[in-house]
Amino acid sequence: MSTAMPVARSAATARARRLRALRHNLSCYAYVAPLITNLVFLSTGPVLYSFFISFTNWQIVLPPVWVGLRNYTGQLASPEFWTVMWNTFYYTLGYVPLSMIVSLVMAIFVNQRLPLISLFRSLYFLPVVSSGIAVALVWGWIYQPTFGVLNWFLDAAFSIQGPRWLSDMRWAMPALIVFGVWRSMGSNMIIFLAGLQGVPNELYEAARIDGADRLGEIRFVTLPLLTPSIFFVLILSVIGSFQVWEATYLLTQGGPAKATLTISYFIYQQAFLWFHMGIGAALAYILFFIIAIVTLVQFRLQRRWVYYR
Amino acid sequence: MAAYPRGRALRTAKAMGRAFVVYAVLMILGVITAVPFIWMLISSLKEPGTLFLYPPRWIPDPVRLRNYVDLAQQMPFATFFLNSTKIALLSTVGSLLACSLAAYAFARFNFVGKSFLFAVTISCLMVPYQVELIPVFIIFYKLGLMDKHIVLWGPAFTGSAFGVFLLRQFFMTLPGELEDAARIDGASRLGIYWRIFLPLSGPALTTLAIFTFMGSWNDLLGPVLYLSTKSKLTLTIGLAMMYHTWGATPWHLVMAGAVVSVLPILIVYIVGQKYFVQGIVMTGLKM
Repeated sequence: MSTAMPVARSAATARARRLRALRHNLSCYAYVAPLITNLVFLSTGPVLYSFFISFTNWQIVLPPVWVGLRNYTGQLASPEFWTVMWNTFYYTLGYVPLSMIVSLVMAIFVNQRLPLISLFRSLYFLPVVSSGIAVALVWGWIYQPTFGVLNWFLDAAFSIQGPRWLSDMRWAMPALIVFGVWRSMGSNMIIFLAGLQGVPNELYEAARIDGADRLGEIRFVTLPLLTPSIFFVLILSVIGSFQVWEATYLLTQGGPAKATLTISYFIYQQAFLWFHMGIGAALAYILFFIIAIVTLVQFRLQRRWVYYR
Repeated sequence: MAAYPRGRALRTAKAMGRAFVVYAVLMILGVITAVPFIWMLISSLKEPGTLFLYPPRWIPDPVRLRNYVDLAQQMPFATFFLNSTKIALLSTVGSLLACSLAAYAFARFNFVGKSFLFAVTISCLMVPYQVELIPVFIIFYKLGLMDKHIVLWGPAFTGSAFGVFLLRQFFMTLPGELEDAARIDGASRLGIYWRIFLPLSGPALTTLAIFTFMGSWNDLLGPVLYLSTKSKLTLTIGLAMMYHTWGATPWHLVMAGAVVSVLPILIVYIVGQKYFVQGIVMTGLKM
């Protein structure tokens, strides 16, 4: 009897402890319950669901039909898909370098101790916060061939007869690229600026003592120390360039003659204009795969050129 | 002695030359940035007949404020505005609540499956949104929620990976002493969350609020996918529709609409600029 008592008590305390742990966990899960709903129904769950959909022929109203890999093989065999890939690649190749150079120049010039500088900083950031549709509308007008501001400017300043921009097969993509750069240069500038402000002054002084001029300072101090920011912006810009949709939707709808049909708009077209859910999902997975590979390669390559202090 | 003033003069001349170059570059970039906005504003004040004059007129003459009145009368533009406002405000409230609750649990408690759950949450940040688009669309379609506003603001009440991450990082930096004191005073977990964490997290919450509001206000894809009834449209899709379907686009009204859609965010931006900058730097979020 005398030995049974402590055993019973410790069993009771163990049960009480378990109960307390259970109550603690339940209470914690109450806090993350909304997030779990999100993961299951709106993010992680759909990512898995999307994978299943990509193996089906599904037009929403009828039940899905399993087609195996046909959505993937069909796309890889279609010339349209390769046009889309080329267009996406074209956009990325134009947008990423241009955007990075412009925003880096912006950041360097805005990182000066001069009066009114903060005003320019705020101004440059304006396109980023504005509704994409509102600014795309204005750009649609600027690019308008007959009464647009751009062709007027080209004519008045250089006596050049401008092209038909958004309705010209050769110029539609460059026009979208320029719009994309204009819209996002402010946010890249901010990231570069944060990087620039982290460069210690002593290094500039040391460079000056070693006889570096202004450009030498940029070349040997600023750029090397800025490589982490450049890498960050590069990753984000490449990913962002694969996902342009708004300007395409508003201004060109992928035209003229598919000249601006990029992967993101192609997915929208397949899934939500033609209700080919299976093909849309397969394309989304192809996009996901490309982004993953490109990002991975960039992370691999960063060792060669990114300088972490 | 004589060389000194000349050296200084030289130095000031050089500094002035440099400042001149800096301002020149800044001005060129500034003009490129500003012209579309200026053109938007000018055009919204023009007589329809003077819109397409060549060369373009940079000063509207006469200034026609009536465009804004016409906008409200010819299109259910006030309704679009209200719809956008409602959806953006509800999204903001939902996102703040859901994200802060989850972030609080992640920052302060240990529970079964916590690190797994957090890893899954973070992994969401790496998936392009197109992958989620189709299944979510099908889910909402099956639930019979097409053409309902809740599709656009409801998801915010479940939080987002971005918001949870942002707030968790901030909560981790808050000192534990205040909580200990509150606990000794008998405050509950929820009480600590409400009376200590939220009040101390003003900057982080403001950043999240601004980004959520702006994202929702400027969102075009959601409305394009889900809304169809005219009286339910938001500003963004309303503007796109005006541009697309009216054959001859009424440019003076479209531009007035664009001004109206940019203005609220612009005001928020002017007031809370540092939060925008903070948000970009912390997350690199592209908008």
